[in-house]
Amino acid sequence: MNAPSITTTAPTDAVTRKFDLGAALKDAVKTALITLGLSIPILAYKTDQSGADLYLTPRWGLVAIVCAIVFGLRLVLHAFTASRAYTKATPSAHQATEPVHATPSAFQHVSRFAIPFFLGAALLFPALVYLVQGGLTESRYWVDLGILILTYVMLGWGLNIVVGLAGLLDLGYVAFYAVGAYSYALLSTTFGLSFWICLPLAGILAAFWGMILGFPVLRLRGDYLAIVTLAFGEIIRLVLINWVDLTNGGAGISSIPRATFFGIPFTAGEGGFAATFGLEFNGMHRIIFLYYLILMLALLTNFVTMRLRKLPVGRAWEALREDEIACRSLGINTTNTKLTAFAIGAMFGGFAGSFFAVRQGFVSPESFNFLESAIILAIVVLGGMGSQIGVAIAAIVLVGGPEILRNLTFLQAVFGSGFDPNEYRLLLFGAGMVAMMVWRPRGLISEREPSVILKERKAISGSLVKEGHG
Amino acid sequence: MSTAGTNIAMQSPQGAPARQPLLSVRGVKTYYGNIIALKGVDMDVHEGEIVTLIGANGAGKSTLMMTIFGNPRAREGTITYAGQDITRMPTHEIAHLSIAQSPEGRRIFPRMTVFENLQMGAAMHNMAYFDQDLERVCTLFPRLKERLQQRGGTLSGGEQQMLAIARALMSRPKLLLLDEPSLGLAPLIVKQIFEIIKELNEKDGMTIFLVEQNAYHALKLAHRAYVMVTGNITMSGTGKELLENPQVRAAYLEGGHH
Repeated sequence: MNAPSITTTAPTDAVTRKFDLGAALKDAVKTALITLGLSIPILAYKTDQSGADLYLTPRWGLVAIVCAIVFGLRLVLHAFTASRAYTKATPSAHQATEPVHATPSAFQHVSRFAIPFFLGAALLFPALVYLVQGGLTESRYWVDLGILILTYVMLGWGLNIVVGLAGLLDLGYVAFYAVGAYSYALLSTTFGLSFWICLPLAGILAAFWGMILGFPVLRLRGDYLAIVTLAFGEIIRLVLINWVDLTNGGAGISSIPRATFFGIPFTAGEGGFAATFGLEFNGMHRIIFLYYLILMLALLTNFVTMRLRKLPVGRAWEALREDEIACRSLGINTTNTKLTAFAIGAMFGGFAGSFFAVRQGFVSPESFNFLESAIILAIVVLGGMGSQIGVAIAAIVLVGGPEILRNLTFLQAVFGSGFDPNEYRLLLFGAGMVAMMVWRPRGLISEREPSVILKERKAISGSLVKEGHG
Repeated sequence: MSTAGTNIAMQSPQGAPARQPLLSVRGVKTYYGNIIALKGVDMDVHEGEIVTLIGANGAGKSTLMMTIFGNPRAREGTITYAGQDITRMPTHEIAHLSIAQSPEGRRIFPRMTVFENLQMGAAMHNMAYFDQDLERVCTLFPRLKERLQQRGGTLSGGEQQMLAIARALMSRPKLLLLDEPSLGLAPLIVKQIFEIIKELNEKDGMTIFLVEQNAYHALKLAHRAYVMVTGNITMSGTGKELLENPQVRAAYLEGGHH
């Protein structure tokens, strides 16, 4: 019982604790200079043949890039070895049998600064882009990208309820996204209902489909559950394609009414948003409104999830993920618990879907294929199952990353003008996933935040504890 | 086989022979697929008793305990708790009848904190008593009190067992079912846990049904005991009687704790 307690004393080796930036910079500069020296005979000049003549083409730009890369890598290497030495010198909280107070876990590091930072960045994003790009119309691309990322953040948070909290592997989440999108598309084009009425209706309908999916799969777990939910996602898509009378089949539903600012349309004429508020008309008003709309929806998803985790039903979800038999013998109705998880997760998928429809103004079954489900699931898994902030980071990386890659045109200077970084998106995506699984197999933020904090946090983490095992 | 089953009621500590047993199992047969695990078990637990069930590996002890909780369900026979037939009742509803179970292998929630584990124990019951019950559990298991914010999976085996029992206690049960609480624990901890079981019975008047491999300790503790062999109850009597019974000694105690 009385295992030797590992408590942190003051670090004995002060050198390992501090990352000596000055020395690291010096060393990196030295390395870069050596690279420069080596580059001159190897890289700096290229021989070009023109007819019988041989020309030397200078390539100093390339040399500069290579030196910069070497400099950066050397610096990263220093940072890496320093942090590693520090970790070695400090006892690991995972192995401690007594509470370790010293080093806060990665999660605590991230959560303390990241949450206000991300929230502030998200709220100010359109303004920042406006300042940087110098105009509303010029910032369209970036705000659109922001909307796209936030949509996936919301979908990730919605799926996180099912996969992360309740531990039910759902490969067909896109089905609920589709249900939400088609609900809004059909209700608004057929009955002329406004977005604000359709939004809750879409959520309710998606929740209803969540329960329909939930009933047959109640007995399934793990792989079997994944296969059935995968099939469910495909069924919904095939129904949308083939039920032409209702959904217009593969051609999709177009001219879906656009979002209004609580009744005021974003039009140029009299009574439009711009005229009402005395602004000059600009199509970007609508886009920025959509940005804040999806931000609010995503924050609502997060808020509801965080609240639910503190309620008996949320705790029951987490307990269900850990041990179903123990749950039952504690008097938890596992059937209802699973159904609520499916329904609430699906509801947020439905909200996101109706947002998707109002943003695009067009829905077709092609938007709801398996790849979408896979990306949403990848966001949840890479973010760390059950971690809200991890999911947000993963969404930014997985959705925003490929877009940024599109803009890395300077790489053409290195690899030649025929190089299109965009073609390597999926390759890098895959390499990133492999790297994640090697270094952080439980996701970016793998620590689970306790739903109740008693007096003080302690840095004992469960990240080395496999689910369902002691 | 000699059996003292006929005058069981006389030996209940309350000495009320006419009283109905709190839990009664009659002719229960349980199957795993086509394999029969319980071949018609009769058993009673009276209010205020500690009843122990001992037997070899694979005798069906844990199956009986799980069958009482409806998972797996008995194919034949009846299980009655406080006059109510619970044979066909879903597991989670049985848990609402003031029966609590600490299942085999502890089955705590490893990624949740000790505090959250205890909350789960009380979650489906009246939360009004939560603070009071937490206090009581912490008095019984001081080690848990130190570790309330620690994750369940980081506890040692003994602490996890304590947590499993504590979690079961949080639902304020009248009848506590314990499946092998001494499994894999050091002798000192085993002693500690059996003392707590005794305390629960004597101080709080809790009825306890204990399934154990550790026959010596379990029989010493028990008011009454049953011996199970391959799905049948073969012997019953007071704990003392069975401890002195030569057959029991030969099968479960020789080379043991002497």
